[in-house]
Amino acid sequence: MWRFVIRRCGQALVTLLLLSAIVFFMFRLLPADPTAAMVDAALSPEQIAELKAEFGLDKPLAVQYGLYLKNILLKGDFGTSFFYKQPALKILGDKILNTLILSLAAILVAYTVGSILGALMAWYRGSAGEVAGIVVGLVFRAAPEFWVGMVFVMLFAYGLGWLPHSGMREAGYVAESLAAKYLSLDFLRHLILPATVAALHMLSTPMLLLRNAMLEVRREEYVELAHAKGLPLRRIIFRHAARNAMLPVVTSLATAIGRSVGGMVLVEYVFSWPGLGREIVLAATRYDFPVAQAAFLMIAGLIMVMNILADLLYGYLDPRIVYK
Amino acid sequence: MLRQIWQHLRRDPLGLTGVGLLTFFVLVAIFAPVIAPYDPEAILRLDGEIARLHPPSREFWFGTTNMGRDIFSGVVLGSRIALKVGILAALLVTFVGTNVGLIAGYYGGIVDTLLMRLVDLLYGIPFIPFVIVLVSLLKPSVTNIILAVSALTWRSVARIVRSQVLTLSQRPFVKAARVAGASDLRIIYRHILPNVLPIAMLEMSFVVSWAIVSEASVSFIGFGDPTVPSWGKLLNGAFVAGAVRFAPWWVAFPGLAIVLLVLAVFFITRSLETVINPRLKGGE
Repeated sequence: MWRFVIRRCGQALVTLLLLSAIVFFMFRLLPADPTAAMVDAALSPEQIAELKAEFGLDKPLAVQYGLYLKNILLKGDFGTSFFYKQPALKILGDKILNTLILSLAAILVAYTVGSILGALMAWYRGSAGEVAGIVVGLVFRAAPEFWVGMVFVMLFAYGLGWLPHSGMREAGYVAESLAAKYLSLDFLRHLILPATVAALHMLSTPMLLLRNAMLEVRREEYVELAHAKGLPLRRIIFRHAARNAMLPVVTSLATAIGRSVGGMVLVEYVFSWPGLGREIVLAATRYDFPVAQAAFLMIAGLIMVMNILADLLYGYLDPRIVYK
Repeated sequence: MLRQIWQHLRRDPLGLTGVGLLTFFVLVAIFAPVIAPYDPEAILRLDGEIARLHPPSREFWFGTTNMGRDIFSGVVLGSRIALKVGILAALLVTFVGTNVGLIAGYYGGIVDTLLMRLVDLLYGIPFIPFVIVLVSLLKPSVTNIILAVSALTWRSVARIVRSQVLTLSQRPFVKAARVAGASDLRIIYRHILPNVLPIAMLEMSFVVSWAIVSEASVSFIGFGDPTVPSWGKLLNGAFVAGAVRFAPWWVAFPGLAIVLLVLAVFFITRSLETVINPRLKGGE
C-alpha cells in the first residue's frame, strides 16, 4: 500500500510541475500585460523599467520560469503580490485552511444527507416523495451556486435574520488561539449558509447514485432474508442494503472533491468567505498574477491530495481493492 | 434513433418537460427583439423620473434595476447568449473530444499514451478557476468564454469515446473492414464513429449545461462580454448594488431563467441516458 501512496504522490507532483508551467506561461503569453495593474500612468519609462526589474519581469520568459520554480521549490516562495506588495504565500497561507473547512463541511453534509435520502427514495420508489426528491436534487444541481447563495442570503440573513450574510466571523473578533478561531459558535454560524449552499449543489450526486444502486440491491436474497427475519425496515435499509450499495457513492467522492473545491470559488465570492477561491477571483480582477498563479496551484494541489485520500478510503471500505 | 427517442420521451414526463422548456427558450431567443418591450441597456423613465428599482408591475414585468433598466428585456435577450454559448461550446468540445478519443483509441501505442496523459493533466486543472483566469487574461467576449470552457471540457468526451473505441476495435465488423482493405480513416469514420456517436451526444448535452453555467458564472464575476446582455451580468449588477437587501426581483428572475434552462437540459440528458444505455432502464 505504501508503494501505491508514494507512486500516487509522485504522479501528483509531476502533474503539479506541469501545471505550474502551463499556468506560468498562460499568464505571460496572453495579451494582458502583467505590469498594467501596478503601473501608474504618471510613471516615467525609467520608473516602469525599474519596477519591472524589481519583480523580475525584464528577463526572458524561460529564465523567469526557472527562477519562479526555483523559488517555489527551494524557498516556498510563490512570488510577491503586485497588489498587496507581500509574498503570495503569506496572503494565501491561512486561506487554504478556510477553503478546506468549507469544502469538507459541504461534502460531509451532502454525502450524509444525500445517501440517506437516496436510500429512502429507492425504497419508496414511485412515490410522490421520490419524484420530488429527484426534481429538488436536480434543481439545486442546475442552479448556479452563486445564485442560490444570493437567494439564501436574501431569505435567511436579511429576511429572517437567522444567520450572518457574509464573512467568517464577526467584525472585531480576535481569537486567542487557532482552535478558538475555528471552534467558536460565531465561526459555525458563519459556516452554515455557505456550506449549505455548496452541499445542496452536490446533493444530487450521492442521492441519485445510491438510489440506483439500492434499486439493484433491493432484490438480493440477503435483503429478502432480512425481511423474512422480521427485522425493522429502517435496519434493513441502512444496515443491510445501503452498506452494499455505497460503493458507487464512495467512488464518486473523488470527482466530487475536485468539483467541490474548484466550485467553491463562487460560493466564497458571494459569501466573502476568505478562501483561496475568493482570492483567485480578486487576483484575476486586479491582474495580480503571482497571487492568482499561487492560488491556482494550491487549489489543484489540494484536490490532488484529497483525491489520494479518497482512494485510500475506498480501499479501506472495500477490502477487495488491491493497490498496485 | 430519433424515433426511439420519441417513443421513450412519450413515457417520460420529466424528459418531455425538458423538451418543452428548451423549445420555449429557443423560441424566446429567436424572437427576443420582438418580445422585449425595451432596450435592456436603456435608462427608462416613468412620468419624467428615472424608473429606479420599480418592483414588478404592468409596465415592467420583472421590475427595474437601480439604473432604471428593464429586467424583463434583459432576461429575454440574455437567453440568446446562454443558448449560443451552450450550443457552440458543446459542438466544439464534442468535435475535438470525439476526434481525440477516436485517434487515441484506434491507433493505441505512443499516440494513445501521449493523448491520454494530456487528458489526465487536464483533469488536474480545476474547471471554474481556470475559466475565470483564462477569460480575465483574454479579453472578455463571447468567443473567449466559449474557448475557455471548451479548452478543458473536451477531456471527458475524449476519455469516454476512447474507452468505447477500445472495445469496438476488437469487434468482428472492424476486423472485417480491415481485412477488406479499408483505410484507417474509413474504418474510424465510417465504421467506428457511428457507434460512438450516441455516447458522444450524451456527453455533449452535459457540456451544454456546463457551458451555460460557466458563462453565467464568469459574467457574474464581472468578466462577461460587455456588449451583450446576459443573465450572469444582470446578477453581477444585482450583487454589486447589494440588491439582496432591497430588490428581490432583480435577483430572482435572471437566476430562475438559468435554473429553468439548465434544468431543461438535465431532464433531456436523463432521458437520452436511458435510451443510450438501456441498462439504466432496469432500475426504472
